[in-house]
Amino acid sequence: MSDEPIKKVSIIVSKGSLEGVYPGLIMANGARMEGIEANLFFTFFGLHAIVKKKMNNLKVATVGNPALCVPDAMGMAMPTILGAIPGMSAFATMMMKKEMEKIDIPPVDEFVEMISDAGGKIYACKATVDMFKLKDEDFCPQMDGVLTVGDFYEMSAGSQIIFT
Amino acid sequence: MPSKEIAGTTIDVNEEGFLTDRSQWNKDVAAALASEEGIELTDEHWKVIDFIEADYAEKQAIPGMRRMNKVGGIPTKDLYRLFPNGPIKKAARISGYPKPASCV
Repeated sequence: MSDEPIKKVSIIVSKGSLEGVYPGLIMANGARMEGIEANLFFTFFGLHAIVKKKMNNLKVATVGNPALCVPDAMGMAMPTILGAIPGMSAFATMMMKKEMEKIDIPPVDEFVEMISDAGGKIYACKATVDMFKLKDEDFCPQMDGVLTVGDFYEMSAGSQIIFT
Repeated sequence: MPSKEIAGTTIDVNEEGFLTDRSQWNKDVAAALASEEGIELTDEHWKVIDFIEADYAEKQAIPGMRRMNKVGGIPTKDLYRLFPNGPIKKAARISGYPKPASCV
């Protein structure tokens, strides 16, 4: 007997860096492309991915990231202390966005819209919304609602939960 | 490599049902593959298939969702409506091309 196919996923995005947000978006979009139901739940700094003013200004974290290399991802290891130089994060972000554009990975606002148009649901975490003092108008129009952790578990009945 | 009779002709397909020789593809084969997916091809479907065909000729790859939107002028919502539960994979199979090899 073959294994049961995945029917539904709930993906939690908890990090607000560029490399923290994209894996969740790619997995949610990929799920919809396979006919899998997808719910995205943004919490803590991950919430920046659906806040209008923040979503297209996410940056690659260069401090405390020992995986960074120069001049590109497969180059020589970059001493971690260089990550703290002003402008380093902006530079790494620009490089990564350029590479993403080449393989047709959309900017965050466009990606969230694509997932929403594909039938994926976009939710914000209530605790974070309260903590950051955010209002409905701060969010992108695709945001489907603010959920408590209880709501989230209820909505995730029968799904695989993925934390990123 | 399994082969099967469809729309009055024989086609070679892989284990997932994708054509392995596109020269065996024609409009009747497309219609028969579509009906296997429960889809009846309309002009809107053909617009997608025609775009995949033109874009594949240029790029040797199945266009991703963003390329379908921006270059093909086909909105995401329409693709999901026309080819439910797996728009690009289904459209590629019906168009006689290999399974898309892209994550987006």
